[in-house]
Amino acid sequence: MRGIRGFVIRRVLFGLVTLFVASIIIFAATQALPGDAARSILGRNATPDSLAALRDQLGLNKPVLQQYWEWLRGVLTGDFGNSLAEQRPVTDVIGERIVYSAFLMFLAAIISFPLAVALGVASARRRDGPFDHVTSVVSLALAALPEFIVGIALVVLFATSVFHVLPGVTIIDPGTPPWSHPKELILPTITLVIAVTPYTARIMRASMVEILESDYVEMARLKGLSEQLVMWRHAVPNGIAPTFQVIAINLAYLAGGIVVVETVFNYPGIGAGFVDAVHARDMPVVQALALLIAALYVVLNMLADIATILVSPRLRTSLK
Amino acid sequence: MTVALEVENLHVVLADTDVDIVDEVSFSLTPGQILGLVGESGSGKTTVGLAILGHCRRGVRFAGGAVRIAGEDVLAKSDVELRSMRGRVVSYVPQDPASALNPAVRIETQLSETLAAHEDANGDARGRLHEMLAEVLLPQDREFLRRYPHQLSGGQQQRVALAMAFANRPRVIVLDEPTTGLDVTTQAHVLATVRDLCEAHGVAAVYVSHDLAVVANLASRVAVMYAGRVVETGPTQTLFLRAAHPYTRRLIEAIPELSGAHALIGIPGTAPRPGHRPPGCSFAPRCAFMQPTCQLAFPPRETVVVGHEVRCYRHDVVLQESLAARPVATPPPHVRAEEGLVAVRRIQASHGAHQVLFDVELLVRPHECVALVGESGSGKTTLARCIAGLHASYEGEIAFRGAPLAAGSRARTRETRRYIQYVFQSPYSSLNPRKTIEQIIGQPLRLFFDVGGSEARRRMVETLETVQLGASVLDRYPHHLSGGERQRVAIARALVAEPQLLICDEVTSALDVSVQAAIVDLLAELQRELGLGLLFVTHNLALIRTLAQEVAVMSDGRIVERGLVERVLDSPSAEYTRKLLSDTPSLEAAMAAAG
Amino acid sequence: MTDQAIALDAPAVRRQRPWVILLRATWGQTRTKVGVVIVLALVAVAGVGPFFAPYAPDAPVQRAHGEYALPFEPPSSAALLGTDNIGRDVLSRFLWGGRSVLALAALSTLLGAVLGIAVGLLAAYSRGLLDEVVMRTMDVVLAFPQLVFALVLVATVGPSLALMVFAVGITTMPRVARVTRGAALEVVERDYVRAAEGIGVPRRRILFGEILPNITSPLVVEVTLRLTFNIAVIAALSFLGFGLQPPAADWGLMVNENRQGLLVGQPWGVVMPVLAIGLLTIGTSLIGDGFSRAAIGIEGGRGRT
Repeated sequence: MRGIRGFVIRRVLFGLVTLFVASIIIFAATQALPGDAARSILGRNATPDSLAALRDQLGLNKPVLQQYWEWLRGVLTGDFGNSLAEQRPVTDVIGERIVYSAFLMFLAAIISFPLAVALGVASARRRDGPFDHVTSVVSLALAALPEFIVGIALVVLFATSVFHVLPGVTIIDPGTPPWSHPKELILPTITLVIAVTPYTARIMRASMVEILESDYVEMARLKGLSEQLVMWRHAVPNGIAPTFQVIAINLAYLAGGIVVVETVFNYPGIGAGFVDAVHARDMPVVQALALLIAALYVVLNMLADIATILVSPRLRTSLK
Repeated sequence: MTVALEVENLHVVLADTDVDIVDEVSFSLTPGQILGLVGESGSGKTTVGLAILGHCRRGVRFAGGAVRIAGEDVLAKSDVELRSMRGRVVSYVPQDPASALNPAVRIETQLSETLAAHEDANGDARGRLHEMLAEVLLPQDREFLRRYPHQLSGGQQQRVALAMAFANRPRVIVLDEPTTGLDVTTQAHVLATVRDLCEAHGVAAVYVSHDLAVVANLASRVAVMYAGRVVETGPTQTLFLRAAHPYTRRLIEAIPELSGAHALIGIPGTAPRPGHRPPGCSFAPRCAFMQPTCQLAFPPRETVVVGHEVRCYRHDVVLQESLAARPVATPPPHVRAEEGLVAVRRIQASHGAHQVLFDVELLVRPHECVALVGESGSGKTTLARCIAGLHASYEGEIAFRGAPLAAGSRARTRETRRYIQYVFQSPYSSLNPRKTIEQIIGQPLRLFFDVGGSEARRRMVETLETVQLGASVLDRYPHHLSGGERQRVAIARALVAEPQLLICDEVTSALDVSVQAAIVDLLAELQRELGLGLLFVTHNLALIRTLAQEVAVMSDGRIVERGLVERVLDSPSAEYTRKLLSDTPSLEAAMAAAG
Repeated sequence: MTDQAIALDAPAVRRQRPWVILLRATWGQTRTKVGVVIVLALVAVAGVGPFFAPYAPDAPVQRAHGEYALPFEPPSSAALLGTDNIGRDVLSRFLWGGRSVLALAALSTLLGAVLGIAVGLLAAYSRGLLDEVVMRTMDVVLAFPQLVFALVLVATVGPSLALMVFAVGITTMPRVARVTRGAALEVVERDYVRAAEGIGVPRRRILFGEILPNITSPLVVEVTLRLTFNIAVIAALSFLGFGLQPPAADWGLMVNENRQGLLVGQPWGVVMPVLAIGLLTIGTSLIGDGFSRAAIGIEGGRGRT
C-alpha cells in the first residue's frame, strides 16, 4: 500500500492490533491468572456453594479461550457484562460516569494546552533570560510532583487548613450534569492542569528552541525579513508537528491522571469508578474501564502520528 | 574608484570570556570585485563573513572595528536599520542550502518574500520572480515554484539561494563556501553563475572558502586568514606566484595538482583554536622561517607592493625563495606482481531495493595502489565497502588471492578479515569516543593475534611510530587529538593487523588542506616501505598522481574508464573523465590563464 | 615537528575521562546540588529515621498518666506533630514511613532499567524483524498508563509488594527501551561500530563495549526521570490503598488515612508525608535535569568559525 492513504490505513490497523493485544493482556491479568479469582473476590470465608455459584456466573469453568472470545464478542457489541458490585450492566455504570470525566478532561485540556504552548514559545523566545530560568525551574518542580500530592496540597491550601474557599470533596447528585457544579470542578481542574502543563510546556520549549536556532531561521533573518515574518512564516509552521505530539501527550496524561485526581476529590467519573471497582474486585468493570483507557491512549497516539505526517511537507511527499 | 565594502579592524570575541575569534581584520573591495577569503578550520573566516551582514552567532559579540558598505557602518546600525540593509544592500549565500531553506515553505514564497521585504516602487512582483529564476538558469514554471526545498537537487537549492541573494541588486554579497557538497560539474556551473552575475550587476563579493583552487579561478583578490587574523592580502596572481607569507606558501604547496608536477607537502602541527593563540605571530610554532623575534608580538601590516600587504617579519626572506624551488614529485614506483590480490568480478550491489553498482570489475595487485575515483553517488564507497565486508548485499564474486570471499565480514574467516583493512572517511566518527587510543588500537591486536599486555603495547608503539605519532598518545581519548592525528590513529589501527590490502575511503576529505597533504604523503610512504596493496577512494583527481599506479573512474555505479594514472589523466578516453578533468578547478590552470 | 607537539597543550580539563567530564558538569550546576541535598536528606530521614522515632509505628500515644491520646490531637509534648487517625504519633510514623516508598521505587526502577536497556540495545542492533517485533510488544505495554496497569493486576491478585515492583518495573521497561533504542540507533550507524564489525568483534562485545558506553548520557537522564515517575506511581498506589496495608507506616498511606485531620485542624498527618513525597520527586527531578543540561552542554561544543 502506498501513499498517505496507505500510511494512514497501516497506522490504524496497527493501532487496532495493539488494542487487541492489550485486551488479551487485560483479560489474562483479570481472569486467566492462576489462582482462584472467585476465591479472592469472595474472600477466605466464602462457602463452597457461593464460590461455585460465582465461578459459574463469571464463566470461570469454561476453557480460557472461550471465555476470552465471549468477552471480546461482548465488548464489540457493547455488552460488557454486569457489574458484580452493583448488579447492573457495566455500560450503565460507565455511562453515568463518563460524562463527568469527559467534561473534566475537556476543561483541563482547553486550559492546559494553550497555556503549555504559550509558555513553551515564550520561554524559547526569551531563552536563557530570567523569565526562562524561572519558568524552567518552576515547571520542572511542578512536573515532578505526583498528581495526588498536587491535589492534596491544593485541598490543604484552599479547602481546609489555609483558606476555606473551595470544597475539598465533591458531593454531587448523580444524574445532574457536571457543568452545573462549577465550584466542585475548580480544584480537580486546577490539579490536572498543574499536573499536565509543565511537562508539555517543556517539550514545546525544546521544539521551539531547535527551530529558532535552525539554519533556515538564521537565513530568514539574514534576508532582512521582519521579526514577525520570521516567527510566523518560518518558525511557527515547523512548530505545528511538535504541537500535535504535545496535544496527544497532554491528553494521554490526562487520561491517566483522572484516576488519582478523581479519587482525591471524590469526583464521580470513570477514574474514581475504576479505583472503586478495583477495591471491590468488580472484574467486569475493571476490565471495561482498563480497556477504555487503553483505547483512549492508543487512539490519541495514533492521531498524533498521523497528524505529524500530514503536517510535514517533507514526510508527506516522501510517501507519495 | 568607489569603495563598495570596507572592513576596518574588525574585532569579534566570545561573549562570556572575551576570547578573540577574529581581530584586526581589514580589507576593502570595489564594485564588481570578488575577494576570496581563504583559511582553514578555526581561522575565523565564517565569522568575518557573517559580520559583513552585521550578524554574529549566539555566544559571540562584536568588540570593535567597522564594516562599511557604501559608506554606512553596518556594525553601528540598529536592528531595524540592519533589517532594511540585509537582503537589499548586502546579502548572504549559505554553505548548506538544504538546511538554510525552510523545509515547510514553498520555493515561491521564499523567493518572493526577499523581494517583498524590500519593496520599492517597481510593482510587477511576478515578473521580477521570473527574472530572478532566469538569471540563475532555473525553470520558471508554476510546477517548479510550488515545490518544497527537499524536492530540489543540491545544485538547484544553491541556485535558489543565489537568486535570493542577487534579487535586490545588493552592493555586496557574502558567499560562505557555497559549493561544498556539490559535485564538481555543478560546482563549475554555480561558480560561473556567480562570476557572471557579479560582473553584470557590479556586485562586490566576498567568497569565503578553504579551497584555493576554486578561489584562484574566481576571485581577483585574495585575503588569507590564519588563527583569526588576515596574514596576507593581494591580487590573486601575485599571491599564488609570489606569496610573501610562509603560511600562504605552505598552503599553496599543500594543494594537490592535476599535473602532479610538485610533491605534496603538508604543514606539521595544527592551527591554534580561539583562546590558545600564542603571543607573537600565531603561525610561528609551525613556521620554517621563525626567529625568536617572531614570538614577541604579532607582526604589523607591511606593504610589499601597492595592493599586496603581508604581516610577517621575515617576508623579504620568504620572497627570495622562489616557488619554482618546490621539490618535484616522485611518482610511485611501478610494481608488477603476477597474481591479483583482490579481484572483483561482475558485482551488482544495492542499498535496499535500489541498485547502486552495475557489473563492476576491478583488480588490485599486491604492492600496487589503485585509485578509485568518482563523485558522490558514483558507488565508489559502496564498492570499497563490499570488498571490505562492510556491505553484504551484493551479487557477484570478490576473490582474495584467488579464493572467493564471503559477503559480509561476519561470514569471513579471521585471516581474511585481517588481510583486508579499511580506513573511514571521517576521523571524527571512526574512533570510539569512550575508549583510549590504547584500547582502540589494542582491539585488533587482541582479536587477530591474541596478544595483550606489554607485547601488545610494544607493537602499538612501533606502529604509532610508523604513522609519526608518539607513545604518549596511547593514554589519550580521541577528543584530545586533532583531525589529522585521529586519522593517523585510524591508519595505525588498520596497520597493526598487518594487512595486505589497505582500503582508504576518502580519508582526507574531512581534513584541512594542509593536513590532507601530510596524510597522503604518509600513505605513499607506507605503501613504498611496507609494500601494502592500497585501494585509494577519492573524489579529488588531483590527489592520485603521487600515490597510485592505476586508476578506475566511476560514474553512476559503473566503471567508465580504467588504466595507468598517467594515461588516464593526460589523455582520458571516456567522455565523463574528460568532463571531470575540465570541471575540476585547478590552481595551475588559473595561473597559466593569468599569464 | 609533529602534530603531537602542538596538541599537547590541550587544556587540563579536557584531559579527563568522558564520564568524569559528565559528572563534573552535572555537579557544577546549582540545581543538581540542591537536588542532591534534598534527596540525601530525605533518604536519611527514611533510612535512619526509625532509630530516632520516639514510638513504634503502630504504638498508640500515651500521656504521662497512662491515658491514651485521642485521634487527631494537635502537637503536644507527648507527640511533637500530634496524633493520627487512631491516636498514633505522627512523627514516629513519618520517620518510619519513607523506607517502603524509596525501596519499592528504587527496585522497580532498577528492574525496568535493566530490562529496558537490554531490550532497547537488542532492538537497535538487530534491526529488521526482531526490532519490529520487540518494539511492537513494547508498544502494547505502553498502551496503559503505569497506574492503570498496576491496578488491573492488583484487582486480580490483591495488594502485594512484589506485585507493585513487578507492575511498575514492567511498565518502566518499554519507556526505557524506547529511549535506549533511539539513542543506540544513532550510534549503531557510526563508523567506529562499523570498524568493530569489520574486524569481527563479537556482537555482545559490540553492544556493551562500543554502543552502551556511548549512550550513557541519555540513559542516565531517562532512568532518573523514570525514578521520579515511579516514586509518584508507588506513592499513588499506597495512597489509593493498594500498597502497604494498615497498620504499616507508609507515606502514601498516611496521606489518605489522615485526611480527616485536615477538617479538624490537625494537618500534620497529611502535610508531613505530602512535603516529603513532593520534595523527593522534586529532588530526583532536579538531579535528572542537571544531567540533561550537562550532557547537552558537552555535546553542543562544536561550531564553525
